[in-house]
Amino acid sequence: MIADSDLWIVIFGLGLGSFGLRFLFLGLVGDRALPEWMLRHLRYTAVAILPALVAPLVVWPPATGGQTDPLRLVAAIATLAVGAVTKSVFAAMGTGAVVMLAGAYWPA
Amino acid sequence: MASSSVMSSYRRGVRDGLPFLLIVIPFATLFGVVATEAGLSVFETLSFSVVVIAGAAQFTALSLLTEQAPVLIVLISALAVNLRLAMYSASLTPYLGALPMWKRAVTAYFLVDQTYAGSVLEYEKRPGMSVAERWAYFMGIATPICPPWYAATVAGAWAGAAIPPEAGLDFALPIAFLAMIGPALRTPAHRIAALVSTVLALAFAFVPYNLGLIIGGLGGMIAGAEAERRGLGFPLFTERSK
Repeated sequence: MIADSDLWIVIFGLGLGSFGLRFLFLGLVGDRALPEWMLRHLRYTAVAILPALVAPLVVWPPATGGQTDPLRLVAAIATLAVGAVTKSVFAAMGTGAVVMLAGAYWPA
Repeated sequence: MASSSVMSSYRRGVRDGLPFLLIVIPFATLFGVVATEAGLSVFETLSFSVVVIAGAAQFTALSLLTEQAPVLIVLISALAVNLRLAMYSASLTPYLGALPMWKRAVTAYFLVDQTYAGSVLEYEKRPGMSVAERWAYFMGIATPICPPWYAATVAGAWAGAAIPPEAGLDFALPIAFLAMIGPALRTPAHRIAALVSTVLALAFAFVPYNLGLIIGGLGGMIAGAEAERRGLGFPLFTERSK
């Protein structure tokens, strides 16, 4: 059981901390020009952070207790491939969902 | 004239944000289900989603709370997951930094993976947008993402454990992120950044408090920037002139 006081400390602590992180540059830096080397690094934030977030979840899914799961691996590769080829987030998401649902409900 | 182009930017944002509903709704619903299973009330669950509004960090905090981890560890781990938000903030600053302070604060509150990914891709694609149009586009994307995030959290809290685990809902998050990564791999430099970050994140997955994510992210950014400096920052098969 989670203690009530702990829960509210976490909710507000995490809320404030997250807002602080989100506001850090937008609020404090504003429209002052950032140095070129920093901008060059920032162009790659999305394609660096998102794969780092997703890779362990794909290889060691928490839902299977960390066991590598062929179905999730196939769904992940298919999603990435369709996204890279079609440039469509929507088509890529649909592909991943279809693979996961087919794997779940296909009579094995 | 100006206001109509701002309005059309808002509408384009809403349209581009709509596909994310397919991800936001199951993901927030799942959070509602998991949170109530962990013993949270509907009100506590909704507060979590409204105050924090960051899915991955909410799941991190919740799972550590159920493991009875110390509050400080819960906060540090979940904020480490959210460190990327500071990078998003930095990345949007050249585009939105000229806004008045309250609009920057509103932007900061709604800054999540989907609103960031959608808007930064749009700003890169249309360098001629005015700051007002960019903000309208950002708020447009946030419209079908953030309010449904709260609503689906409540729906999930009510639905409880009604969703069968074999539906593989746990995988909605990775699928969402992968779907965003694919179209973003536009140049060799982007692909190098993604590859390096993946390898580092897996190699350093053992590092506690999700710091493997930070190592992978920083390594990927450095690799991408270095690749761009060596002339790999342009698409291979399309014209360079733009």
